[in-house]
Amino acid sequence: MLDVVHQPLLDIRNLTVEFATRRGTVTAVRHINISVGRGETLGIVGESGSGKSVTSFAVMRILDRAGRIADGSVTFSGIDLIAATDRDMGDMRGREISMIFQNPRAAINPIRKVGHQIEDVLLRHVQAVRSNVKEKAIDILKQVRIARPEERYHAYPFELSGGMCQRIVIAIALACKPQLLIADEPTTGLDVTTQKAMMELVIELTHKRGMSTVLITHDLGLAAAYCDGVVVMQQGEVVETASSGVIFKAPAHPYTRKLMRATPRPGATLRDLLEEERPARTPTSVQTDGSPLLKINNLIKEYPRQRVAKSMAKLFGRNASAADAEPFRAVDGVSFEIKRGQSVGLVGESGCGKSTTSMMAMRLLDPTSGSIILDGEDIGAIPARDFAKLPARKRIQMVFQDPTDSLNPRFTAARAIADPILRLGDVRGRDALRARCEELAQLVGLPRHLLDRFPHQLSGGQKARVGIARAIALHPELVILDEPTAALDVSVQAIVLNLLDELKSRLSMSYLFVSHDLHVVRLLCDHVIVMKSGRIVEKGSARQVLEAPQDEYTRELIAAIPHPPV
Amino acid sequence: MRSIMLKRLATAIPSLLGVIVVSFLLTRVLPGDTASYFAGPAATPQAIAEIRKQLGLDKSLPEQFARYVADLAHGDLGNSLTTGQPVVTEIANRLPASGELTLLGLLIALSIAVPLGILAAIREGSWIDHLCRVIVTTGVSLPVFFTGLLLVYVFYFRLGWSPAPLGRLDVFYSAPPQVTGFYLVDALIARDWETFRAAFAQLILPAATLAIFSLAPLARITRGSMLAVMGSDFVRTARASGLTPKTVILTYAFRNAMLPVVTTLGMVFSFLLGANVLVEKVFAWPGIGSYAVEALIASDYAPVQGFVLAMAILYVALNLMIDLLYGVIDPRVRLEA
Repeated sequence: MLDVVHQPLLDIRNLTVEFATRRGTVTAVRHINISVGRGETLGIVGESGSGKSVTSFAVMRILDRAGRIADGSVTFSGIDLIAATDRDMGDMRGREISMIFQNPRAAINPIRKVGHQIEDVLLRHVQAVRSNVKEKAIDILKQVRIARPEERYHAYPFELSGGMCQRIVIAIALACKPQLLIADEPTTGLDVTTQKAMMELVIELTHKRGMSTVLITHDLGLAAAYCDGVVVMQQGEVVETASSGVIFKAPAHPYTRKLMRATPRPGATLRDLLEEERPARTPTSVQTDGSPLLKINNLIKEYPRQRVAKSMAKLFGRNASAADAEPFRAVDGVSFEIKRGQSVGLVGESGCGKSTTSMMAMRLLDPTSGSIILDGEDIGAIPARDFAKLPARKRIQMVFQDPTDSLNPRFTAARAIADPILRLGDVRGRDALRARCEELAQLVGLPRHLLDRFPHQLSGGQKARVGIARAIALHPELVILDEPTAALDVSVQAIVLNLLDELKSRLSMSYLFVSHDLHVVRLLCDHVIVMKSGRIVEKGSARQVLEAPQDEYTRELIAAIPHPPV
Repeated sequence: MRSIMLKRLATAIPSLLGVIVVSFLLTRVLPGDTASYFAGPAATPQAIAEIRKQLGLDKSLPEQFARYVADLAHGDLGNSLTTGQPVVTEIANRLPASGELTLLGLLIALSIAVPLGILAAIREGSWIDHLCRVIVTTGVSLPVFFTGLLLVYVFYFRLGWSPAPLGRLDVFYSAPPQVTGFYLVDALIARDWETFRAAFAQLILPAATLAIFSLAPLARITRGSMLAVMGSDFVRTARASGLTPKTVILTYAFRNAMLPVVTTLGMVFSFLLGANVLVEKVFAWPGIGSYAVEALIASDYAPVQGFVLAMAILYVALNLMIDLLYGVIDPRVRLEA
């Protein structure tokens, strides 16, 4: 009797998962042991390629065709999941164990009403019959706090926000009251405040039902904030298992220590994120001579409202209110300046206008009104199309968010770096160009032999370096960094952020750093601007904004960021 | 919905105008002189000039065009010189013949290609996948006249299962009272089972010939599109929720995979409608394709122009239908329209 109580709900023993690839068998998960107790919330933490998602797919037996459980056992509540028939497994999924996924918008059927998708699961597991299924589906929508559930029952995913889609995914997962919830990066890609609301919802619902939860994440802060126990995985192996109280105070494994260190947190400096063996460099003094490099005045960007709405309003008696006819202001009267040698952080959640602002400053987008003054010259009035040919183009360059998507897949690293030089630079001749590329590669720490590789042959960090080398190829004075590390693992992010900081002082550039993560911004920037709904709600020195935020929204943002206890 | 349809129709007007101009000009620049063709090889230059004047071919191009457009506005496509019949009547008689053949052919192709494509996708690399590949490759590599002749040889000549391949109905039957022009449908309306059976017996071999040829693109697209959708996140969610394979494949995957299939279907249909001349020839089918080719060889302008115009109108109507079908399948399309 006592044994049953102490038996874990999910017990993974010696699990090995292999994938058949063109280059032979690859072992994605190697002899791992993980157990989840009843009512426990366990975090599985690791960087990309650590095998954390593969583990969860193996438990659910939804590995794709190439994947195979080669060894080990998975026991759930006394049932051997590996030996179970497909039919039994189908009964288990969704009813006993369910999953929520990353990228909620893609995770639900785009052309089926969300209410029907919840009903599918209810009917499948006989939790409802035809006559009461709609009522039950709406009840679940209420439980995941969807406003106006009767209406939203009929909505399609494209009519809902990312956060609401994630609530639907949670509703589908929890509809049949399972005993175990596996959440695979459930909040990656969501805003911090949405993330907080989502995690609190999951924790509240699972606690109320006495469920166990496995939270798979790359974010140590998230695991620390919500989990009882933490499993750290690296390259298919479990390197450390401990209660979250212990692991953050005294991480035993070097890899755990490395991860801990690389996670941005209050009080840490850029150098603190790196390996402890590296000698601490003297902090670079900011060489600001106080002269403004870029001055943005009352910048406004308007977009016309959706045409459909307009013509519909016309159809129905032209009594559309004045508010409907007004264009949408993505950026609404933004003013700030960037001094020489300064780096300014532009922070806000998705849709706040930070990217639009940076695109206008970059002169890729024409402002509706307002001025953009670069070194005394108003470049705001020059159409974006013409700006690309002007010498001023060289002075402002950009590092893009996704290091993979922002590289031409058919260009080698060297060709990508040479691209701006070929267009606007003054380096002539193959050899000179190659020499310049090698010089730039060295500057960003990209090994020379990688220059002839294509993007798919490079790692995420290496691609980020190519993107940075391309941006600094023309000796720009201002570099706009649009979430340059959002797609990178924390340990790689730590290195790239340090590289950016070093380059800034060495090449005396200014940065406009666009990000949703205040902790990351604080590391690199001396000045921070917080935006919300197209307006600036707060600006000031990084220390001042983070330590003594004046605006309610800034406080909310800071509070929403989970971080490991320091 | 109606306003969307009207809007879509309005966008087709410029292309129809373009078709009128181009079909007119193309028939004029084609080699071959109508007047000398009709005057016969022994005609004197005076006789040819006489015929040319009679046909209005001595006038300038703009004048000829103006007359053509004016006639068109009255629904007059002119008369065929070879048969002496008004082009409108002939097209109205022959279009349903082609339409019935093509539609049945596509229906057969769809009912084989779609299940085959789905099975090939969900059992990727299995024997059914290979079978799909073999059928598809064979179907598309055999020329239609060859498949047609082979079917006639086997089912008419050797086995004697099907009637002689001579048109839409055996000589012993008379056509059912015309409602739609489709013999199968008309026979059903008239509750004339005998005629229905006879018409179907005539139709099945040419339709099968077309089906074998059009299997390939449909099965390919179904397979490819299903493979992509089966690998998507929401299918993974459906599987992780324990939904049955049937629900996952049909309700979740296939409906999403249908859009490219519908697009291909439209393309195959419009392609077949014009291009099934060879099948029509083999089966002595009084269709619109053979009519147009015969007219073209005889430098008979009016039927060719009429044919191109009819095809263009059909194509526009077809595209409209496909757009509407998109809206039925995918709610996101409805919003944009």
